[in-house]
Amino acid sequence: MNYKKLLIIISIFIATIFLAVFVYPDGLKKRGIKLPHFFDKHFNLGLDLSGGTLLLYEADLSNIEPSDYSSAMNGLRDVIERRINYSGVREPRVQINKSGEKWRLIVELAGIKDIQEAIKMIGETPYLQFKEARTEEETKAILELQEEESKKEEPDLRIMQTDPYFKQTSLTGKYLKRAELGFDRNSLPIINLQFNNEGTKIFAELTKKNIGQPLAIYLDDYPISVPVVREEIPSGRAQISGKFTLPEAKELVMRLNQGALPVPINLISQQSVGAVLGEESIQKIAKAALFGFILVLIFMIVVYRIPGFLASISLIIYVILNLSIFKALPVTLTLAGITGFILSVGMAVDANILIFEHAKEEIKKNKPMRISMEDGFQRSWPAIRDSNIATIISAVILYYFTSSMIRGFAFTLAIGVGVSLITALYITRLFLQVLTTNK
Amino acid sequence: MDFIKKRKLFYGFSIAMIVGSFVCLLFFGFNLGIDFTGGSLWELTALDIKNDGLSRIVGYLKNEELGQINVQTTNEDSFILRFSNISEEKHVQLFKGLQEIIPSIQERKFESIGPSIGQELKTKSIWAVFLVFFGILTYLWYAFRHSSFRIPSYRYGVLAVSVLMHDAIFIIGLFSLLGKLKGWEVNSDFLVALLVVAGYSVHDTIVVFDRIRENIRLKTKENLREIINLGINQTLLRSLNTSLTTVFPLIALYFLGPISIKILVTAMISGVIIGTYSSICLAAPLLYDWALKQVQH
Repeated sequence: MNYKKLLIIISIFIATIFLAVFVYPDGLKKRGIKLPHFFDKHFNLGLDLSGGTLLLYEADLSNIEPSDYSSAMNGLRDVIERRINYSGVREPRVQINKSGEKWRLIVELAGIKDIQEAIKMIGETPYLQFKEARTEEETKAILELQEEESKKEEPDLRIMQTDPYFKQTSLTGKYLKRAELGFDRNSLPIINLQFNNEGTKIFAELTKKNIGQPLAIYLDDYPISVPVVREEIPSGRAQISGKFTLPEAKELVMRLNQGALPVPINLISQQSVGAVLGEESIQKIAKAALFGFILVLIFMIVVYRIPGFLASISLIIYVILNLSIFKALPVTLTLAGITGFILSVGMAVDANILIFEHAKEEIKKNKPMRISMEDGFQRSWPAIRDSNIATIISAVILYYFTSSMIRGFAFTLAIGVGVSLITALYITRLFLQVLTTNK
Repeated sequence: MDFIKKRKLFYGFSIAMIVGSFVCLLFFGFNLGIDFTGGSLWELTALDIKNDGLSRIVGYLKNEELGQINVQTTNEDSFILRFSNISEEKHVQLFKGLQEIIPSIQERKFESIGPSIGQELKTKSIWAVFLVFFGILTYLWYAFRHSSFRIPSYRYGVLAVSVLMHDAIFIIGLFSLLGKLKGWEVNSDFLVALLVVAGYSVHDTIVVFDRIRENIRLKTKENLREIINLGINQTLLRSLNTSLTTVFPLIALYFLGPISIKILVTAMISGVIIGTYSSICLAAPLLYDWALKQVQH
């Protein structure tokens, strides 16, 4: 017996038991065994399995330079994530999705079934802008244009909605560092704003350029304060003094601190998934999958005897390893993702069957067991390699060219096929080598 | 068993199936889900729906300019409404209206998908599928490059992809038929199932082709006909065993799993069966016929 290989096998078993506990800690917890926090991790279930709300927003990037699109989207995602986290929803998933020329934000909220509530949570985040006054000629030109346009039967809304007095600057809530509640001389509540470094620079330039001119502060596209600039402000501090009541001001400060949206967003699609595929269904699926898997193992043992038994053990290791990866990364498990996993299990089983069918042929040639097995491995390798690589190629293409759902499928399939190459060609082979050394 | 001898029978069967699929598609079309078409899907439940409740609901909704309204009862007390894409405000307003008609009404699921999203899913999926075909074709061209001077390696790729299309067309036809008979909808779940079928089909075909490649290399038989036939027979047991082991968990899912995944599972089971059939009875014999044609010319 080769002791080195035996040692490797023992380590594989210990690792597998460890991973099994990681995958299903409830089995031990139910028996009152306490486990370290490390084992508290949950599977990351997709919305179709856990129920919840999915919102799809499209970002309006018309005021942003194309080179800054992706940083603006990252900022938007962070703000919305923070915003949802404040409200106590567990593990929101906010993803950026670029589709053609359109930039979108996919917001998944597990557990929330009330769309109205979810939209409110995200939509209420204020959108802060600083606008400077247009020159008189500009104002006149726009007003004239609008007058002309309003005479038409179908006036162009873009022209009609243009603000004739103020124009956009690059200073938005994106550059806000902090907002604080304060009081003016008349003890009326005001809001003090502090910009970050970049914002401070922009604000300094803006105030320098506009001395003696008004600078309007807009909140959610509505002017709340139009102070006149007296001098350049290099400190990055600004003040909003509207006619707030105290609760209003407090609320606004909180919302501003949670993050102002760097760009405006529009809701274009929404889904709420109720208990259609809820808790009960998941347990049903899990039970059915386990039952099917046991059938496969029994089949392997009945048809291929001892090698089949060894293959079964390596299949169990395969499944546990795969599930651990899903949990550790974590991979968001959706119905499509689980389907990809089932397909990869089928392919892993196939790798074993291919090997044993080849080995059986070698045995018929009266070769010794050990050599037959080894030859079986050698001869089935090209088929296993080519079929699995073709699958991985397909999965990679699907991953890069499609959106969320099919992506989930492609991702678990690719992981599954990759892991199966390792378990079939390394672990099953190792088992057989150790078992057949003496024969 | 001599598969090559019986190949005309298989060809006939496959052609009949493909023609059947196209006929179904032509006459029945598809029951496209809102994932593709855009629109709203609203699942509601209410206790006292049995009487005239449903017709009152539909009557109310008809006056709300929702386009065509499709009603489907799923359960004794629940039903699904489908209509055009609406805003959240409209959704809230409609729900309030329904609550006035039937106070016990509850919402289980609401989806509203803009038409552009559906269109996008369609275009993207089609592009991805063609790229996958191209990827498989190129890889097989490369992987089988040393197989033999008698069969140029690109043919393995071309045949694998053709057989894959054959399988996909069958499944599409089947679902067009099921859409007509049972009202089954083609949504993105179905798209995933189709991908599984494609993956499985190519996998199976490659295994058979690999065996033929090995036989050519080892010169196990004298002529191509016997080499290919031997390859099929050698992989026959493996193909059946693998299909069985793949179908086991799926059948368990079909009977023990929730109703909502039945469509997905049905597509997968029929895909595995057709994939096994086509790799054995179509892919390899076609390889033979193609080589034969070359000799004759």
